[in-house]
Order: sequence, then structure tokens, then C-alpha cells
Amino acid sequence: MMEQTERRVISVIVMNEASVLSRIAGLFSGRGYNIESLTVAPIPESKYSRITIVTAGSVRVVEQITKQLHKLIPVLKVYEHADLVETEMALVKIPMSESLGDIEALTHAYNGRIVNVGSDTMIVMVADEPMRVNHFLEAIKRFHPKEIVRSGSVALER
Amino acid sequence: MQISGAQMVIEALIAEEVEVVFGYPGGAIMNVYDEIYKQRSFQHILTRHEQAAVHAAEGYAKATGKVGVAMITSGPGFTNGVTGMADAYMDSIPLVVISGQVPMSLIGTDAFQEIDAVGISRPCTKHNYLVTDAADLPRVLKEAFYIARTGRPGPVHVDIPKDVTAQIATFDYSKEVELETYKPTTKGNARQIKKAIEAIASAKRPLLYLGGGIINANAAELVREFSKMTQIPAVETFMARGTLRYDDPLLISMLGMHGSYAANMAMSETDLVIGLGARFDDRVTGKLSEFAKNAQIIHVDIDPASVSKLVHAHFPIVGDVKNVLEQMIPLAKEQIDPARYASWHNTIANFNKLHPLSYTEEGDRLKPQWVVERIGQLLGDDANISTDVGQHQMWTAQFYPFTRPRQWVSSGGLGTMGFGFPAAMGVKRADMERVSINITGDGSILMNIQELMTAVEYELPVINVILNNNFLGMVRQWQTLFYDKRHSSTDLSIQPDFVKLVEAFGGVGYRVTTKEEFDAALKDAVEKNVVAIIDVVVNRFENVLPMVPAGGSLFNMMLEYKEK
Ligand SMILES: Cc1ncc(C[n+]2csc(CCOP(=O)(O)OP(=O)(O)O)c2C)c(N)n1
Repeated sequence: MMEQTERRVISVIVMNEASVLSRIAGLFSGRGYNIESLTVAPIPESKYSRITIVTAGSVRVVEQITKQLHKLIPVLKVYEHADLVETEMALVKIPMSESLGDIEALTHAYNGRIVNVGSDTMIVMVADEPMRVNHFLEAIKRFHPKEIVRSGSVALER
Repeated sequence: MQISGAQMVIEALIAEEVEVVFGYPGGAIMNVYDEIYKQRSFQHILTRHEQAAVHAAEGYAKATGKVGVAMITSGPGFTNGVTGMADAYMDSIPLVVISGQVPMSLIGTDAFQEIDAVGISRPCTKHNYLVTDAADLPRVLKEAFYIARTGRPGPVHVDIPKDVTAQIATFDYSKEVELETYKPTTKGNARQIKKAIEAIASAKRPLLYLGGGIINANAAELVREFSKMTQIPAVETFMARGTLRYDDPLLISMLGMHGSYAANMAMSETDLVIGLGARFDDRVTGKLSEFAKNAQIIHVDIDPASVSKLVHAHFPIVGDVKNVLEQMIPLAKEQIDPARYASWHNTIANFNKLHPLSYTEEGDRLKPQWVVERIGQLLGDDANISTDVGQHQMWTAQFYPFTRPRQWVSSGGLGTMGFGFPAAMGVKRADMERVSINITGDGSILMNIQELMTAVEYELPVINVILNNNFLGMVRQWQTLFYDKRHSSTDLSIQPDFVKLVEAFGGVGYRVTTKEEFDAALKDAVEKNVVAIIDVVVNRFENVLPMVPAGGSLFNMMLEYKEK
């Protein structure tokens, strides 16, 4: 019997201390859990950081992940979101030979803009729901992107 | 107080009332060893291998319930200690392991004897620290002891660079531990407990499933009280041996892969499992989908991640088993009618009659099971028993008449060959009044044989009883059963002369082939109170039975298998 796997977003609030990130990443790799994306940054004006992890697993697996995360000594809170706002950013480098107007229109549609224009290439940025970022990256393909970088999700419960 | 980092380590150990440290020096930890030389508050025992230092600390911790302490150097010293930490982690043994590290300025340069120690120990410790400033040492050491012994106990590793041990800073050990993010739940949820008691009161065939967490929590007395009061029969895991007395009429036996027929059948027939400090290990449950199929499950555990991990708990209770039992007992007194389970007792009595744990004698050849039983008859409660890993370990768990918690020390979760002898030294150091016996195999004993020197030097008269079958017996058993008798690399026909070997270290050796010789050797070793090896020649092809093949259902036990 295969249990159904679903995409899950887990937020972890941790103490800002050395090697806390490797503890978290190590927990995932050591137990064979998959990380799709992971973002981390300090929470302003606090001694904590917030880590947002996108993973996939059955209800049972995700429950184990959250319990195991909680067992780590520097972990304060673990949220496993159901109802959340999730955003991801992507930067794409495109040759200047492509049509600037078309690119601008496309990025606008995905909450983005052109952030840099050089002599050979330009860089566009979008920030949107991960699924929409997927769609954008699909659409931008016809402008022959040279490089693409995604940020990984950040999320907040509604 | 302004002192060096090395002095802080000593002061912290004193403040924690540590009476013995097992260790092995080296360059990176020398400043601390220099301070050890100067102090008279605790004993330092020099093992002959770092793995043994950690196992000895484990044995000491298991026997006393206190935090065991081991001290090792950087690089190879540290990596030798890793197996011990992993072992302690799997069996929830409270331990503080202090290691030296290369100086801060050399960290990350592949310096001589540098290794990323905290990187390596992370997955096999409850928590670990790299101390980069001596000013942090008092807090870190205090936290280390606190984390090791609270909640689900476990090993904590503290790695200290050499220059930090030389650095002068303020030592103040008076501050309370303040860990905002670490607050183990110790009391059980009252509503859940109430529901659990109601479930017990209405069950027809309840079964206590006793795990090693009971021993760790010092809750065996309460378990005895609870079972007596309710008359609920009990099975023990391998780790829980000694929770109930071996002759307690309510104790069925050990369950699991090499559990008794009655214990495994009781688990298969029960309608309510009362799991106390047990983690539903795969060696216990067998095939999960068939495990206690008709039962509801009460699961009491200090570790929330253990509850419902493998088997869904209908009544999950997170808390210290001791506290939870204290909460349960008054309710149980009111609501549970012990007379209710009479027919369940009959069923179990029948299981016991049908296939009791037993073995057959064959002429003059010594049976390993007999040896275990005989040690029990001759020493019983007067001995503490450790084992290594293999068939001898299972026979000991099956046949030794345990009478009390902490009498039994063995490597369960990791199954570490080489554990038994050093652990038995730690046990001896903790309890000098009793005989410390390590029941071992001809394979396992060679994994930490060098500790004969430590035992002789520090007068820790452990008696190693080798159940010598000229095989890596447990692996041979699997090869026989599942690999068509292809005994690949398990034949140990070529052996050292164990009698000469122990004599070379200054101990006493016996080679025995008959019952009379065994009795005489054990008696002599106990009387002489010396480090000893009793090399017992046993039947080579004996198998541990019953056996539930890995992944099989508990009720499908292999009860017999004859081989020559
Ligand atoms: C360090 C280590 N290596 C390998 C194993 C795998 N193993 C489990 S039992 C066993 C055989 C043990 O043989 P012996 O000590 O002679 O005991 P016996 O089974 O014969 O009683 C082995 C090799 C282990 N448990 N630990």
C-alpha cells in the first residue's frame, strides 16, 4: 500500500546559533527525507531565524519530520502549514537580442520587472507563488534564457 | 573565578559530582589531562581504546542511572569513540563525551589530527557543541549534563579546541540551565490518562508491553506495583529485562524476534497493548501490519517522536513513565477489577505450557543455554550481567533469571560487538559489591580484548564467559536458515589460546568442556576476585529459538530447527 505523497511547506523557528542549519539539513538527509527547497534568514529584531522548507511526503512522514525537527535542541517552533501565503523569487538572464517589449509585458504579468540591462544581457525578476513562477519560467523559454536562479519558497500562515 | 578552560572542565565535573571518567589522552586534550593529574576528586580510568572508554561510561551510566563521562582526543581518538556515542544514542544512555579539537586557528585546514567532530557526532548524539570561547564552557558543560539526563536521555558531545582549554575566563557554574527551546514534557495529559484507564478497565485481554524506557526512568518499582494491583500480564522487551522479577507470575517473558512463544502469542491475541517506555522496534513487532492486530494501543513515552512512529496509538501519552504511572495508579485502583482477566490468564498459561522456552541436552556437550542458566543458579541476584552481541546475547536475555532493573546491560539498538567487556568494567566500577559477568562470544570478545589490561590495572575483576562455538554464531545461524548453509566468513576455527591470552595480561583463564569444570571455574574466579576469561566449549551448531524471521509475523515463530 503506497501512501499518498504531497508537497508540504514546513516553517521552523530556530535559535540563531552555529550549525543549526546543518542540524536541520542533516536530519533530512540522515532519515532519507527529501528537501525540495530551503530558505533561511534571521527574523528581524530577535535572536531567531526562520527556515522555510518545502518537502514532499505522506501525512505520516511529514508528522515524523515535524516531530524530529522539534526534538532538535535549538528548535523553538515547527509549523506545518495548511493555509498559507507562499512566495518564491526567480532571476532570469536573457540575451539583449530578444524583444524587450515582449519580455517586459511577460514579467509584468508575473509580478516582475526588468532589474538590470547590460550591453549583451538583461536580468528580469519575478516574485510570485511557486506554481506561477513555474509558469513564468515555462513562458520565458522562448526568449532563450541563459541562466535561471530560483530562491526557494518563503511562507507565512494566513 | 578566573581559570583556564581546562580547569573549567575539571570544576564542572566536580560540580556534577562525577566520580569516574573513562578516557584516553592525546595532543588536543592534553591541557585537560594536565588538570586531571592535579586533582583528587574523581578517578580517571585509562582504557586501552577510546571505543572502550565510551562503552565503559555507558556501562557505568546503565548501572547507576547517572551520567557517564568519557574523555578523548581529537582525530583518531574521536573517531574511535563514535561507535560508543552511536550505541548510547540508540539505547538512550545519558553520557557526556568531551573531546579535544585542534586549535581554533587550525580548524578547517586539515591540520594534524583534525576531523569535523561535531559534523560526525551530530547524527549519533542527542546534542553536540563546538566550544569556541572558554567563556561559554561553564554554560555548555552545564547544558550538556542537563540535556544528557533529562527528557529521553542520550549522549551529548562537547568538542573543545586546544587553545580554548588554555584560554582564561570567568567560571561561574551557579546559573540554572535556561534553554528556551528545550522543555521535555514529563507529566502525562490527564484526559488521555483517564481515557487509557477506562480502556484498560473494559478490556478483556490487556497486556503490558514493558520497554527499556522504564529502566531509564527508574520506574520499575511502579510497574511492579501497577501490574500486581491490576493483575495484567506483561511481556518485556530485550531492553526491559529485569523490570519484573523473572519468577513474577505475571511476567510472560521477552517478546520479539527471539521472544518466547507465549509472549509473542499474547501480543498477537491481546485486545489492548499498554506500551510503557517501549518504542515498537522492528525486532519486536515483526511484520507491522500483523502486529497486535486486534488491539487498541496505549503508548506512553517521553519522546513524542516515538509515539505512533510505527504503530498507531489510540491513546498517545507523552511523558515520563514514572510520572505517568504515578498518575495512573490511583485511577487504576478505583476502576480496574483484577478478577476480570482470569480467562486471559488461562489462555496465557496454555501458551506457556505449549512451548515453554527450553533447550535439549545432548550427551556431554555443553549447551550455551545451560551455561547461562547455571550462572543464574550459582550467582543469581549477586551478579550484574553484560553481554556482547550475537547468539550468546539472546540466550542470556532468554534464560538469565533477572531480579532487578539495571542488572542487565547490553547493546540493544545498535547491536555493537565489543560492547560487553568494557561495559562490564563500567558496571563493576559502579557496583563493586556484585560480581560483574560479561557473557560473550568468541567473535565479540576479540573486538575489545585489549581492555584486559585496563581491568587488571584498575582492579575491575570482570569475568568474561565466552560461549565458544568457533563461529560468528548469529550470522552463521542466518546463513544456515536463509543462505542454504553457505557459511561465508563466519567460521572461527582458528582461535587464540584464550587462557594464555588472559594470563599474558595478568588475569586468570579457564578452558572448560564439562559442567563440573564450568562450576569449578566460575566458583574459583568469583572467589579469587580476578579479571578472568572462562572459555566454554559449547555445541557449535546450536540455534537461538524461537525465531521470527525478519519481517515475519510474531505468531509465525520457527520453534524448532535441528542441524548437525
Ligand atoms: C561491530 C559489529 N560488527 C558486526 C556485527 C554483525 N554481527 C552480529 S552478531 C555477529 C556474530 C557474533 O559472533 P560471536 O561474538 O562469536 O557470538 P555468537 O553469535 O557466536 O554467540 C556479527 C558478526 C555486529 N553486530 N557488530
